[in-house]
Amino acid sequence: MKKNDIILIAALLAAALAALAGIALYSAGTAKGAEAVVYINGKEQGRYPLGEGRAVKIPAGDGGYNLLEIKDGQADITKASCPDKICVDQRPVSRQGESLVCLPNKVVVEIENGGEPEIDGSTN
Amino acid sequence: MQQQAWVLEWEICCNTAGGGAPLPIGGTMAKKAAYMGMLTALAFVFSYIESLIPITIGIPGVKLGLANLVVIVALYTIGAKEAFVLSAIRIFLAGFTFGNPANMVYSLAGGMLSLLVMAAMKKWKLFSVTGVSVLGGVSHNIGQILVAMLVVENAKLLYYLPVLLLSGTIAGIAVGVVAAILTKRLERAGRV
Repeated sequence: MKKNDIILIAALLAAALAALAGIALYSAGTAKGAEAVVYINGKEQGRYPLGEGRAVKIPAGDGGYNLLEIKDGQADITKASCPDKICVDQRPVSRQGESLVCLPNKVVVEIENGGEPEIDGSTN
Repeated sequence: MQQQAWVLEWEICCNTAGGGAPLPIGGTMAKKAAYMGMLTALAFVFSYIESLIPITIGIPGVKLGLANLVVIVALYTIGAKEAFVLSAIRIFLAGFTFGNPANMVYSLAGGMLSLLVMAAMKKWKLFSVTGVSVLGGVSHNIGQILVAMLVVENAKLLYYLPVLLLSGTIAGIAVGVVAAILTKRLERAGRV
């Protein structure tokens, strides 16, 4: 190996690490663009950025409701009028495409522009 | 395309007027054809072996590039034109047999850019075999990503680049060190 080789290798490794750090910083900034989108009966009812904490009462028909809480960049349904409470039991969501569903009230909360899902596809 | 590659090879191996770099093992046309054939077979086998080793870190394109070892040896012992042909034939052979023909276009883009960079770097004598191999590995990854970005029309693939840069550099060092030893020995054997 020549001295030039070592300089080249060091420069490439440094560039790769710098780019990785840059991407980490950049994606940390854009993750704030994530929104929880509320659908009732398939119709969009509202968008709430995950960046700000808040509680939204989602009205469903017949006086029913789902309480959507946004905290620490995550969306969670903490209270609901439905009998089964499956939506309340669901884990908080924050990543792209994840959703909270309450079938009795026909309410779907979906994350848009969120971070990448933990599991993605794989090809050979 | 494939046929074209064969025609090209015929021109190179059988056209004595072409001249080019002297061979390490004799200089006759037959010996050159045999040497090219052997290297092509070796590159083909290396591609196959590599396809058996599953490297799954979730990012396509991360691999050792064993076949590149043969291409570098060809570049240093016969010449850029021959290495170019060898690389193209290997990619088509691997793509149509055990590889994925759909991925051939990525391999081709990576392989050709890589060879272009390596041939230029060899000419400029700025780096030793190891440095040339590192640049070859990295440019292979860059070529693949550029074509993939064109195909899926998504610039976000650029996010893969740093990881591929890292893996390309490391693989390039490994392949380069072996290639340096090989070319040195082949040259010595050729002079005897």
